[in-house]
Order: sequence, then structure tokens, then C-alpha cells
Amino acid sequence: MILIKKLYKKFAQLEALINVDIEFPDGALSYLVGPNGSGKTTLIKSILGLVKPTSGEIIVDGIKLNGNYEYKENIGYMPQTAHFPENLTVEEIFKMIKNLRSRKKFYDEELIESFELKKEMNKRLKNLSGGTRQKVNAAIAFLFNPKILILDEPTAGLDPVSSGILKDKIIKEKQSGKTIIFTSHILSELEELAENVIFLLEGKVYYKGSLEHLVEKTNCVNLERAIASIMSGAAA
Amino acid sequence: MNTLLKIIKFQLHDILRSKWLIIYCLFFLLLSYGLLSFSADMSKVLVSLMNVSLIIIPLVSVVFGTIYLYNNKDYIIFMLTQPIKRRTLYLGLYLGLALPLVLSYVFGIGVPILFFIKDSEINFGALAYLIIAGIFQTIIFTGLSFLISTVNENRMMGLGLSIFFWLFFSAVYDGIFLLLLQSFQDYSLEKFSIAFSMLNPIDLARIFIILKLDVSALMGYTGAVFQKFFNNNLGIIISLFSLLIWSLIPLLIGKLKFSKKDF
Ligand SMILES: Nc1ncnc2c1ncn2[C@@H]1O[C@H](COP(=O)(O)OP(=O)(O)O)[C@@H](O)[C@H]1O
Ligand SMILES: [Mg+2]
Repeated sequence: MILIKKLYKKFAQLEALINVDIEFPDGALSYLVGPNGSGKTTLIKSILGLVKPTSGEIIVDGIKLNGNYEYKENIGYMPQTAHFPENLTVEEIFKMIKNLRSRKKFYDEELIESFELKKEMNKRLKNLSGGTRQKVNAAIAFLFNPKILILDEPTAGLDPVSSGILKDKIIKEKQSGKTIIFTSHILSELEELAENVIFLLEGKVYYKGSLEHLVEKTNCVNLERAIASIMSGAAA
Repeated sequence: MNTLLKIIKFQLHDILRSKWLIIYCLFFLLLSYGLLSFSADMSKVLVSLMNVSLIIIPLVSVVFGTIYLYNNKDYIIFMLTQPIKRRTLYLGLYLGLALPLVLSYVFGIGVPILFFIKDSEINFGALAYLIIAGIFQTIIFTGLSFLISTVNENRMMGLGLSIFFWLFFSAVYDGIFLLLLQSFQDYSLEKFSIAFSMLNPIDLARIFIILKLDVSALMGYTGAVFQKFFNNNLGIIISLFSLLIWSLIPLLIGKLKFSKKDF
């Protein structure tokens, strides 16, 4: 369970998150939606300790974050843009990360197989195509079979086939009880799976709850329409 | 193996492939070799080595360190998504750079001396002081460079600041000092000048070596004041202690800033 309490983040002049109060329940797939620049990545990075909140609290499995790092053992993170030590080869980065997290004995290498990453192993990361980088990025997130998966616009840079492979993997992990946070600015991805929808706009939470309730509340046929209706309401 | 050692290992693996490090080592190798072949007077060689080292080590450490941290930004972000303490990562990166720089220097200076000098004319004490001073310069200016790139997002700005600090400590500082001495000649500036040189790590290193060599012609004003006030041994201890403080302060501030930074 990840609890976010009154999270506020200001970058220089810009308020990226304004008193965000949400929770990501255990075993649920939470869908964090919002247009570009609404603060999704900032929220995710705050959970990972990459961004330091200006105020507010983040509590992961009962532990309040305050510069601690042990909780990241249980998180698989797929950043929106992959950050890699560019000089390493694909094989070396897998070796490095296994070496770093040597306490784990079981590796989930399913995505390495299904993305056919074996044939890329000797290439340097800086020479990979954008799509292949995202595949490596995804494979690393799932590698340690973590309890919590945080995926920031995971399908954005992937071709339809790979995107399908990743979605199937997400569904499989969801069924095995993982807690999953998934962000997107596109509204139709995996929406049918989401038990928990959070709509973020300009750093504020405009909706949190089930998809059915949202659709009901706004009298719209699907998530896309419902969100468009909230946005026009927010602008008015 | 603990995480810090692992990080240092990854860094060494990466940096030992860098051609700049090899050039840096070769530079000292050739310098040391060249000076030894031109002069048989060991203390002259040491003084020349000192003069060049005190310019080159701060320059290379501060510039290389700044660029290194900017170039490793993606690596840093990657590591921070893993269960690693920020402080551990910072120290690991720092040691992973300072260590090979120190080794290149010691190797470059030391090997020709060991080969050249067969008899007992070698002044091991002074040589040790030169090497210790070089290690301190590496540690201090690498620490400074890490602080600079941690607090500046802008790469050009960071690089500019690094070069500025190097120029400032290696040239501008002495100029200001002389100017002050001239304008206030009526006052006793000895205590002031001790404090003034403690604030300059390059000057401190020079005093530290010169007091050991005990060549009065090379003392300079601040060296002479140190000698007068403390005698050689106490002067050496005080300069050493100040160098230690200089090694810690930029490193610790950088570590603190790094712990609070947004990535
Ligand atoms: N490190 C940063 N410094 C300054 N502004 C930032 C930084 N990171 C994000 N922002 C700003 O915060 C806002 C939210 O960005 P982000 O969280 O990336 O949105 P999203 O992921 O929803 O597209 C944007 O306006 C972005 O420009
Ligand atoms: Mg984003």
C-alpha cells in the first residue's frame, strides 16, 4: 500500500503537485491519467525518492519516506525515459544490476525472452534504438519479481506488438497479486483493467475512484469522454 | 561485498578505459622522467615537480570531476532507482574517480624516480611530502568539482565555475594577496596572511612541501611567515590539518546537496 498525504512539490516557480492525497491499494492496478505536464512523473519520482517533496508525506508499506532506500527492494520501476550508464552493453547492465541486488535469488526473465533481447546483449546501450531501450527498461523493472510495479507511460515508445507483450505481462502480474501503478496520457490503454483511476490535471487530483463511478458521475460513455468532461469543467 | 565497494568497482571498470586518465598518467611519467634526465639535483627536480603538479593536479581534478559527474547523470539516476543510499552513491562515485587520479599521479611521478635513483641521494622524506600534497590536491579539487556539478544543473555554468576556482586559487588569489600586502604595509599582516593562505588549498600544499624541503629562497612570504610563527614542524602539522579540513568540507557539503537534490 502506498499512501500519499498532502503531497506538495514546487520547482522554482512552478507548482508541479498541489496537495495530492491518494492511495494505491495493495494488489490493485491503479491508473494515473493526465495530460502532459500534469505532474504524473513528478508524483512517481517522489515515490521513488528521486524528487524530494516540498511538503507532505509518502508512506510505503507503513514506512514513511525520509531518505530511506530499503523499500526500493520491493519496487520495479520503468521510467518514462530510460536512464542508463550508456557505455555498458545490455548484458553488462543486467549483470551489474543483479550484482547490486544480489540478495534476490529468483529472476523473472520472461520479458528478456519475449522481447527477444538475447540477440541485443552485446550492443552498447547508447547504440540501441529507442524501442529497444524501452524493452530493456521494462525487462529491468520486472527482473526482480517486485511486489510493486511502477510503470511511467510504459507503452509510449513501443511498437504495437511489443506494447501488446508488455500489456499481457502487466495483466499476468496483476493476476498474481502485484500492486501496479501505471501512468498514461493516452486514455484508452488498459483502462478496462484499472480498479483505481486517478485523474491529475495541473498538479491537482480531479478524480479518484473506480472507472464505473467516474463514467456514471459524468454521464459519459467511457473514460476518455469522462475526462474530457472534467477538463472542460475545470477550465470553466 | 557491500554496496559502496560495488559502486567503486563499477566506476573503476568504466574509468580505467578512459584515455584521459592514461594521458594524465603519461604526462607525469614524462615530466618526472624528463626532469630527472636533465638534472641530477634531486631537490631541484622535486621543486620543479611541485610547481607543475600544483598547477596540473587541481586543474585536471576539478575539470575532469565536473565533466565526469555531468556525463554520468543517467547512470546516477539509474542507480538511484535501485535500493541504494544517496550518500553511498555519492561517495562511491567520488572514490571511483579520486582513486584512479591519485594512482595515476603517484605512478607517473614515482616510477621514473625509482628507476633513476639507484643510490642514497634520494630525499625520500621530501618525495613523500610531494606525493601527499598531490593526493590532497586530487581529493580537494575532485570534491570541489562534485559540489559544483551537484548544485549546477547547467553544464557550461558548472564547467565555467570549475575553471574559475582553479584560476582563482592558482593565480588570482596570490595577486589579491600581494595587493593587500602592499596597500597595508604599515600594519602587521602576519597573522592575517596565515589565515589567508589557509583559505587557499594550493598555497597550503606549497607551504607544506617547502617547509619540509626547507629551502628559504622558495619560502615566499606566506611560507616564511609560517616558518617564523610555527617553526617548520608545527607549520607542517598545521598546513596538513588545514588540507584535511579542505578535503572534507566541499565533499560533505556536496554530499548534503546531493541527498536533497531532485533528479
Ligand atoms: N526537475 C524539474 N525542474 C523544474 N520543473 C520540472 C522538473 N520536473 C518536472 N517539472 C515540471 O513539472 C510539471 C509536471 O511535469 P511531469 O511530472 O513530468 O508531468 P507529466 O509526467 O504528467 O507529463 C511540468 O510543468 C514540468 O515542466
Ligand atoms: Mg511524464
